[in-house]
Amino acid sequence: MSQPESPETKPVATAQPQKELPKFEKSLTDKLEGKFSSKVAIEFVKPTRIRVKVKKEDVLEVARFLRDEIHFDHAESVTGVDYPDQKEIEVVYHLGSYTDPELSKQVLTLATRAPREENPNPGNDSTRLPSLRDIFYSVEFHERECFEMLGVYFENHPDNRRLLLPEDWADLPPMRKDFKIKGR
Amino acid sequence: MTTQLPPGLQLEKLNERIMTLNVGPQHPGSGHMRLIIKVDGDYIVSCDPDPGYVHRGEEKMAEYRNYIQNIPHLERPVIHDSCNVLYPYCLGVEELLGVEVPERAQYLRVIASELNRCVYIQYWLAIYGIFLGHSTMFMWPAGDRELLIDLLEKMTGARVTHAYFVPGGIRNDVPANFEDMCLKRVNYFEKRIKEYAAIFYDNPILISRTSGAGVLSRDDAIRLGTTGSTLRASGVDFDLRKKEPYDVYGELDVHSNVLKEGDSYARSKIPWLDMLESCNIIRQALQKMPKSGSVRVKLKPNPKGGNDEVYKRVESGRGSLGCYIVSRSKPEPYRVKMSVGSFRNLICMPYLLKGEKLGNMPAVYWSLNYWPVEADR
Repeated sequence: MSQPESPETKPVATAQPQKELPKFEKSLTDKLEGKFSSKVAIEFVKPTRIRVKVKKEDVLEVARFLRDEIHFDHAESVTGVDYPDQKEIEVVYHLGSYTDPELSKQVLTLATRAPREENPNPGNDSTRLPSLRDIFYSVEFHERECFEMLGVYFENHPDNRRLLLPEDWADLPPMRKDFKIKGR
Repeated sequence: MTTQLPPGLQLEKLNERIMTLNVGPQHPGSGHMRLIIKVDGDYIVSCDPDPGYVHRGEEKMAEYRNYIQNIPHLERPVIHDSCNVLYPYCLGVEELLGVEVPERAQYLRVIASELNRCVYIQYWLAIYGIFLGHSTMFMWPAGDRELLIDLLEKMTGARVTHAYFVPGGIRNDVPANFEDMCLKRVNYFEKRIKEYAAIFYDNPILISRTSGAGVLSRDDAIRLGTTGSTLRASGVDFDLRKKEPYDVYGELDVHSNVLKEGDSYARSKIPWLDMLESCNIIRQALQKMPKSGSVRVKLKPNPKGGNDEVYKRVESGRGSLGCYIVSRSKPEPYRVKMSVGSFRNLICMPYLLKGEKLGNMPAVYWSLNYWPVEADR
């Protein structure tokens, strides 16, 4: 199995010491911090990628600011990530912009968390978040997918129905970590 | 009559003016999805797309396999475009592992993904042609597609499911005479697809059927978050190969095709223009590619990413294709999300079909460049 002469390149560790932050991205996070101060937590600033974490009470306000003042105009994807050990489900919005040429490279990751219950009852338990559909129209189907796959109910979403799963699905929401694939 | 109906079923009275039609999932005009359409006479009142018939749980499967084992199954959503589907995943894993891809591999990736884009678009064009009743437009693309499939077979070893891209480069180098063969075929292919203009795109019957059908304005295209040909047909110049160049696209001269009309005709023309552009890109890449060199960086067995996450996106045949990978220092990814163009364009369907004539449904539906299997993942 061993191939001693093969050009095996060891994965180079990427930039250990925190270098200076990319300028344009920093200016965006400065705007956010200037407006919301401690309400937003900037988790990382990488070239063309920013991650912002907010509490679920503030997510509407921050999203509205991102749309109106910073000009992110659509959501590329909405992802639910289950963290059973922290008893939380994180919902991640990836926002992009078509209208502002400066932002065309940027993807802003807006993350917020909902409480997670052991025995989920999607739609009727405390796993709820405000829907961003009124702010970013494009999240409509993504949030529907997130609702069925992780059981996160989006309040004020106009159409909280099943999308991909069959109508008679009666098991756990399948993207949760405690839903196991048989045989794996 | 107060019997409880099973979920998903509904009763309809005979004397109601509005009639509900189920288009799909077996109807050939719908692909593997269902459109619940309400019609008033000949006009569509509302449309409710119901995807999910080919949902395979790709994202869940990805959590149980390591970064290398994920390669072959993640390309299954669109086997005709398998290089482009794997592209963001490979870029993401490379960033997680901190791997630099050799230059020759980057050029070969560009060539493979552009060839694959043409193969996908030809397949789509064949279906679009046959649903508008134009059987020549089914035969021609289906035949010309074989040229590039044979080329890709020589390059990758498989006709459609290539699994050619791996984190760290590509699986194997190309055969010795590949560059000449590729250039010859691409030149011939370009000559062939230029002939489509006379038989299809300048055909008055096609123009009368598709122009003005399902108009999506620029503002709505942005608001709905559409992508790919749907977006560019509505006058938004957004092509990731140009806006956020990945691999060596930054060194190539990429022209993104934009039309202003926003109707079905413009949406059907953009992919064809994209194929012509792909031929240009392939020729440039063949010229600039280093003639020899390594094509793959060997990874350690069972590589682990750190406590990190990446979001990478590429321009696929159906628009921007994003891959979000969350890694928790394990050989398996913690979460993989594919944000695919078809799913993002799905939201247009109820919007565009409302108020349209039922006969225009296939023209509008297929012009969205929608691939049901990809949307379901």
